[in-house]
Amino acid sequence: MDIYLLEAIINGILLGGVLALLALGLNLIFGVIDVVWIAYTDLVMCGMYVVYWLYVGFGWPLLLACAAAIAGVAALGVLVHVLIIAPILGSAPINQLLATGGLLFFLQSFATLLFGTDFRNLGIRLPIIELGEIYISTARLLAFSIALIGASALYFFLKSTFIGTAIRAIAQDRDIIGLMGVDQRRIYLVTSAIGGALAGLASCLLVLQYDVHPFIGNTFGPLIFMICVLGGLGDMIGGFVAAFIISQIISIVGYYSNTELAYVLAFAFFIALMFVRPRGIFVR
Amino acid sequence: MSAMLSLAAVSAGYGSFRALFDVSLEVPQGEAVGVIGPNGAGKTTLMRVISGLVPLRGGAMMLDGRPIGGLPAHRIVELGIAHVPENRRLFPRLTVEDNLRIGAFIPQARARFAQQLGRIYDMFPRLKERRDQPAGTLSGGEQQMCAIGRALMSEPKLLLMDEPSAGLAPLVVEQVFDLVRRIRAEGLTVLIVEQNVQQVLDVVDRAYLLEAGSMKLSGTSSDLKGHEFIRKAYLGL
Repeated sequence: MDIYLLEAIINGILLGGVLALLALGLNLIFGVIDVVWIAYTDLVMCGMYVVYWLYVGFGWPLLLACAAAIAGVAALGVLVHVLIIAPILGSAPINQLLATGGLLFFLQSFATLLFGTDFRNLGIRLPIIELGEIYISTARLLAFSIALIGASALYFFLKSTFIGTAIRAIAQDRDIIGLMGVDQRRIYLVTSAIGGALAGLASCLLVLQYDVHPFIGNTFGPLIFMICVLGGLGDMIGGFVAAFIISQIISIVGYYSNTELAYVLAFAFFIALMFVRPRGIFVR
Repeated sequence: MSAMLSLAAVSAGYGSFRALFDVSLEVPQGEAVGVIGPNGAGKTTLMRVISGLVPLRGGAMMLDGRPIGGLPAHRIVELGIAHVPENRRLFPRLTVEDNLRIGAFIPQARARFAQQLGRIYDMFPRLKERRDQPAGTLSGGEQQMCAIGRALMSEPKLLLMDEPSAGLAPLVVEQVFDLVRRIRAEGLTVLIVEQNVQQVLDVVDRAYLLEAGSMKLSGTSSDLKGHEFIRKAYLGL
């Protein structure tokens, strides 16, 4: 087998990890609260700036800066819910799309105002791992591993705690959840915080690989939405798997031709599948 | 002696529609009380008002002498009222055990979860066999057991049951009413809403007749069984 193709496949898998983490967060919010956070990847952008700002600007240790970014974006998630989502929960879905879409422009403009449009990076160059003739970026491997750990932690939280069980239950029957002694508003807050924390974790993993600028969210946003819809919006396992399918398409096509064509083909694949399986690849 | 649950001139509705008009009702401690009446009389609304799912528009509700009108549903559960909703309303894609787990969500029940789970499994061995199965795959009777078990997980002092026999085969209906007797025998207070008048009057101490949102009659179950109107309209005698 072509050694460079193998390298492309491995890179595709590694890329899939972070995309899967973001898809989990978006699907969690959608499944539980029934809103789509259009500005989800812009929360990631905010987290990347937090890491950059604390690490480069204030000289914080990287781990501490990352912890602050996760906590900060989790708090931002709660704020998004309280200030934007909660007041319009009962209104038409289009209003919620417009409101979180407005947040996207707000966050991008605010970041431009604070940091300008320069591309910034941490100035950290992690070593390249050589496996025979295959080269693997440590930053990507690290991102993939931590994304998987984050996803597993979320799985065990949802599976084995009372609050996790309530989060899974609420998506199935919102009306009677109060009869279980569950305060719906509190579950929404916890879910928003978890969704934010996942975006914060993703921002720590991405800031090691990509330069941060106010529009970095646009690089991943459409991709993540496509993955979520492909896997079935709100279906966490479907989204997780779809992330690896899409990242594999991008990586392999990118190897044979170029990245631009890879994105075109990934979206074409998505559109074609939507005709066959409009509610997601795993839903007949 | 004052009642465990008392409703005084309660009214409620949805939008401009009024479903309950000045409904008063008492459930004494340790008794089983039934509410009978035709479809659309407001029986389900009455249950949903008590458990806080439908807001109280007027009147007062007291639990052990404490006003509970206007409290959110999750607070009502914490105060000791569990509600088995109409059509069971299990979480279909959660396992049987997860359904029971969520029944023990309130803090005082969480601490005793393992113990309570054991009790429910002793009561319903079928649920223990099917603990890892999605609740949606259970038969109708098993789903009703699971819904009752889920409500009991919060260790309530008052159990509300909304049409527990609806949609079940006659043999299973019999089992459900046997179960209500067992729950009563354990000292739990029960308020049960049913269209199955004959069978519910065999189980409860007292009953109310709700028609078009108003209480029309009340009395001990033997009084009502002998009441001419009930005999004609509901027992087909």
